[in-house]
Amino acid sequence: MLSVLISGDRPRSVVLGVLLMAILIGLATAPFLFPGVRSLETAARICVFVVLVASYDLMLGYTGIVSFAHTMFFGLGAYGVALAVDGMERGFVPVVLGAVLGALAAAVLAFAIALFSLRVRAIFFAMITLAVASAVAVLVSQLSGLTGGEDGMTLRIPRELTPAFKLLNEPVLGVRFNGKLLNYYLVFSVSLVLFLVMLRVVNSPFGRVLQAIRENDFRAEAIGYRVVWYRTVATCLSAVMAALAGSLYALWLRYVGPDTVLSFEIMLDILLMTVIGGMGTMYGAAVGATLFVLAQTYLQSLMGVAAVALADVPLLPALLNPDRWLLWMGVLFILSVYFFPTGIVGRLRESVRSG
Amino acid sequence: MSDALLETRDLTVRFGGHVAVDGVSCAFAPGQITTIVGPNGAGKTTYFNLISGQIAPSAGQVLLRGSAITRHSVAARCRAGLGRAFQLTNLFPDLTVFENLRLVVQSRRHRGFDLFSMASRQRYMSDEAAEVLARVRLSELADHKVSELSHGNQRKLEVAMLIALDPLVYMFDEPTAGMSVDEAPAVLELIAGLRGRADRTILLVEHKMDVIRNLADRIIVLHNGALAADGDPAEVMASDVVQEAYMGRAIEDV
Repeated sequence: MLSVLISGDRPRSVVLGVLLMAILIGLATAPFLFPGVRSLETAARICVFVVLVASYDLMLGYTGIVSFAHTMFFGLGAYGVALAVDGMERGFVPVVLGAVLGALAAAVLAFAIALFSLRVRAIFFAMITLAVASAVAVLVSQLSGLTGGEDGMTLRIPRELTPAFKLLNEPVLGVRFNGKLLNYYLVFSVSLVLFLVMLRVVNSPFGRVLQAIRENDFRAEAIGYRVVWYRTVATCLSAVMAALAGSLYALWLRYVGPDTVLSFEIMLDILLMTVIGGMGTMYGAAVGATLFVLAQTYLQSLMGVAAVALADVPLLPALLNPDRWLLWMGVLFILSVYFFPTGIVGRLRESVRSG
Repeated sequence: MSDALLETRDLTVRFGGHVAVDGVSCAFAPGQITTIVGPNGAGKTTYFNLISGQIAPSAGQVLLRGSAITRHSVAARCRAGLGRAFQLTNLFPDLTVFENLRLVVQSRRHRGFDLFSMASRQRYMSDEAAEVLARVRLSELADHKVSELSHGNQRKLEVAMLIALDPLVYMFDEPTAGMSVDEAPAVLELIAGLRGRADRTILLVEHKMDVIRNLADRIIVLHNGALAADGDPAEVMASDVVQEAYMGRAIEDV
């Protein structure tokens, strides 16, 4: 049963298994285990980014396609929901419709880019995605009548998903049973399902062909696989998953804007999460996204605590000044890439193989 | 000629001013092993590339079972029944030996676009891959990555890939290249085992004379890209054309 759920893709490392269980349980019980607005925001962000990074890994890690347009697909999903909600009556219909249309738009755009550029060299595809993504980002910020421009849009999501909707009048275990909690569990369960679907895809016969193409596209073609079609389908699938992650994010934040879903910074974050977690492993996406988001959220406060604790030591408090958190974040990346060139998951699996 | 499995008509390719393959017309009947010989640079591998589609011809046609496949992609030709093993080992280095073969079986079964079933549960694919693995005596190495294999075993796997694909036309490009004297016979035995199947034909580029003598039903000689001789092994081997071609001299009046 479990084996079917995870498509037979065992963690193959006790440490990794424990880590994944911890992430899953942590996210499943986040509202109870870590009460508070900030930790719930973080947990939801982790859920969304696990899906987003996994969808990127489907392209980069499994198929060997470098794309810089992933935030564009993410954004299409987010804006799809935002625009549908904006133009229709409040309820679940526009949310679902927006998500479907956003995913469809992402698939069509991905199909066009892929057919147009995947036939030729990989670097060309990367450049085209960069160009198209920049164009879309400019378009979104300029069409302010439709998209709210740089200010973005606030979403009127279904009342059942807002804090105003009360399930119970009294908090249980210190947790308020309201729409916000429902919203979190919606994000969590949809993310989990999407992740498991992707895990299935990469372990399917189709997924095996993708890995073959990554390893040696020349030979994949020579044994009868039309490489360009496989790459195109993988790109479209990845775009759809990213768009759905974007829809979830919009629903959770009740806001979309260029900075939150379209910026190039997020693209870089996705790249880093994929590499740190371990390319071509899917579980790497879960581990990478979790650690990265946690570091982004809590490193600064952690450093603040450390700086105060070490106030009497010379130099250290200055180095650990919370304002310098980005510096330390950078140091962490460099160290992790240096020591785990195959990512955390790759490293954990290697140590099992050799040990 | 109409019952030929594979045929090339005036197959020609020019690279700039250089004619690499020059109007080669040849038909390959089923049930035979045809060996293609010729000195280095004679165009043997280029001829193979034209047949399997890695390069497009400047002129001429390739026909498989009587229908032109000249404009087909490499993958389409493969699915139509052209299988090719490469001179320089050309595998999936980071995947296991088993997975390399399983991918071939999957391709032959047309299950590439199966997105939502579990590859590991497709028993028939695994069974067929395991069967080929046993046939080439690589079962012990099934779970090793290809990159960890010795050169000899990689060559063996290269041949096994083609056996797993089981095409109508088997094309082997120097299957024993770089193999030790102990290793080569096993590979040749595998190829010999494919002989005599009435609906298959085998093309073999080879240099080693003893191999040719033992395996070939027919020999064609390429020289400077053109067909220089074609016929029974004993006759061709004895002919002046072959002697001169292998001595490296130019052949006049051919």
